[in-house]
Amino acid sequence: MIRVLLAKPGIDGHDVGVKIVARALRDAGMEVIYTGLRTTIPDVARTAIQEDVDAIGISNLSSQNVAMMSELQQLIREMGGEDILLTTGGSLLPEDLEALEALGIEGAFPPGTSNEQIVTFIRERVRGGEGAPA
Amino acid sequence: MTAEASARVTAQQDQQDETTFRTQSGVPIEAHYGPESLEDWDPAEQLGRAGAFPYTRGPYPTMYRSRLWTHRQVVGLGTAPETNERNKYVLAHGQTGLSNDYDVPTLIGLDSDDERARGEVGRSGVAIDTLRDMHDVFDGIDLENISVSMTINHPAFILVGQYIAAAQQRGFRLDRLAGTVQNDPLKDFYAQKTYRFAPQPSVRLAADLIEHCAEHMPRWNGISLNGYNIREAGSTADQELAFTFAHAVAYIEELLGRGLPVDSFVPRFSFIFNVHNDFLEEIAKLRAARRMWARLLTERFGARPESVKLRMHVQTGGSTMTYQQPEVNLIRGALQSMAGALGGVQSMAVSCFDEAYSIPSQRAQRLSLRTQQVVGFESGVTKVVDPFAGSYYVETLTDEIEQRADDWLARVDEQGGAVAAVESGWLERVISDTAHRQHLEVANGERIVVGVNAFEEAEESRIETFRVGPASEAAQLERLREVRATRDDDEVQRRLDVVQETAAAGRNIMPAVIEAVSAYATQGEITDRILAVDGEYTAPAIY
Repeated sequence: MIRVLLAKPGIDGHDVGVKIVARALRDAGMEVIYTGLRTTIPDVARTAIQEDVDAIGISNLSSQNVAMMSELQQLIREMGGEDILLTTGGSLLPEDLEALEALGIEGAFPPGTSNEQIVTFIRERVRGGEGAPA
Repeated sequence: MTAEASARVTAQQDQQDETTFRTQSGVPIEAHYGPESLEDWDPAEQLGRAGAFPYTRGPYPTMYRSRLWTHRQVVGLGTAPETNERNKYVLAHGQTGLSNDYDVPTLIGLDSDDERARGEVGRSGVAIDTLRDMHDVFDGIDLENISVSMTINHPAFILVGQYIAAAQQRGFRLDRLAGTVQNDPLKDFYAQKTYRFAPQPSVRLAADLIEHCAEHMPRWNGISLNGYNIREAGSTADQELAFTFAHAVAYIEELLGRGLPVDSFVPRFSFIFNVHNDFLEEIAKLRAARRMWARLLTERFGARPESVKLRMHVQTGGSTMTYQQPEVNLIRGALQSMAGALGGVQSMAVSCFDEAYSIPSQRAQRLSLRTQQVVGFESGVTKVVDPFAGSYYVETLTDEIEQRADDWLARVDEQGGAVAAVESGWLERVISDTAHRQHLEVANGERIVVGVNAFEEAEESRIETFRVGPASEAAQLERLREVRATRDDDEVQRRLDVVQETAAAGRNIMPAVIEAVSAYATQGEITDRILAVDGEYTAPAIY
């Protein structure tokens, strides 16, 4: 079973989207761990390693996705979790999508993304997934 | 793609039989309504005249003919001087009232130099730490001649304390200040999520502020109950009314418990509602809101009929603004603004077309203002009071929304009231379930969102977006450092001690807070003293 950690680091409280994604992933047969609000990137990284998750989803609606994902990527690598799939959603501007792509993060979901797109992306990209490199 | 989507929509509509037509909130709709729909309906009982109980038709006899709604677009970004500049810009372009939004650290009582505030300072609203910031936000603005709305909840008592101190230092008279503070902390536990204090203490602090305003500021609304954010969190129209009024009941009971007569404070209760996509349902909702409030207050609390006029600000639904084809949001905003106008409002903000991207650009803000000016000055709908009165359908729907909202309010009562329903997570679960259901309707195509699940474009147009840069955060940190370096720290600590003692004794916090902010105590320091007494709230992660 695919294990996904969903998190809201920082103090942004917009959580309608992340809760809907949590239900969608659960309904798609994945195991979801949701941190709730006001966590930190170091806590997210530690939890991801401890819980041995396949993917992390960071929700943020105050334009901090790029900074958060950059910090998370570095911490996760230091902890030996480089094969964990990193994704993020929220009010992403086109320039944020470009900056995330430059970091090698393709799982970036702006408003209007369907649950189906997120589920498919995670299924295809997680380690051992259908689309994962051999 | 467009033709294909169009065919899909037509096919879906063909499949629906009559019974599947519903409003956005799920009320079944017949094909026709006629005299039989209103057979038992008594206009004297359900409508009355505008300006008279139960106020269905509006709180004032002649409505917009005497005074158009206040055009009050929301402003708030970066440092206080930056927001001051934008406040003056919107006034110069014809706005008739001010409304300020605060950044997330301010909303939850953190100072800009708190580690947890990093990256968020001034980002989605203005950063307010000390009295200096409050002075600068309103520099050069005549506070006795413009009404001011403050979107702040948990630390509302601190910011209004700063506003009072700033206004008095500039020589304005408190009894001449007109304005509104949101001060509705209960909704923050399950909508918007900018909570800090636990539910019961938050009600006590809100009541302190309401009581203080009722005594000293006759033109100031010490609370503006917020249905807007409940709707944005995913509720239906009827839940929006029910939960807003459930919060009101909690604050009223707290104030009654202090021995205050209900008529001494409820006339200054004001409201903010959402105007969402379903045009006729939203008009019905705003009409139902006034009647339900009038009946609730007279029947449950014995308020006098003249105390129960519901006055409202509306904001068009920010969450209806799509990321895809953002220019189309201008049209959504126009329709929603029209529904608001027809619903009979006292103040309005139209969400900006770039809402899904960022806080608004100056251009987006101007277009929102122009939208409500077109509705207000060109459309002609303002010349007559409550034009939908007597419509077979709209009256039926108004009754139905009121009935459904009454049922939800009864369910909150069964949970032991709003505070208990927050503490148990019941309200959070109800909202999450409703939000999920509505999301599925979009996902499976039952509900069309143009540009999102129908009529998509392969290439999205890029719009100019506004974002507060890191320079604002650096500037705010410097401003705060200067205040901390120049104030009398011993005096600050003495006054903070009084704040804490007052909170521990359960006395009204406002006089001590006004003293503390006048010595340049920060809002974070005051918040910490309250937390030392009441503890900090952690919400459960429910989805």
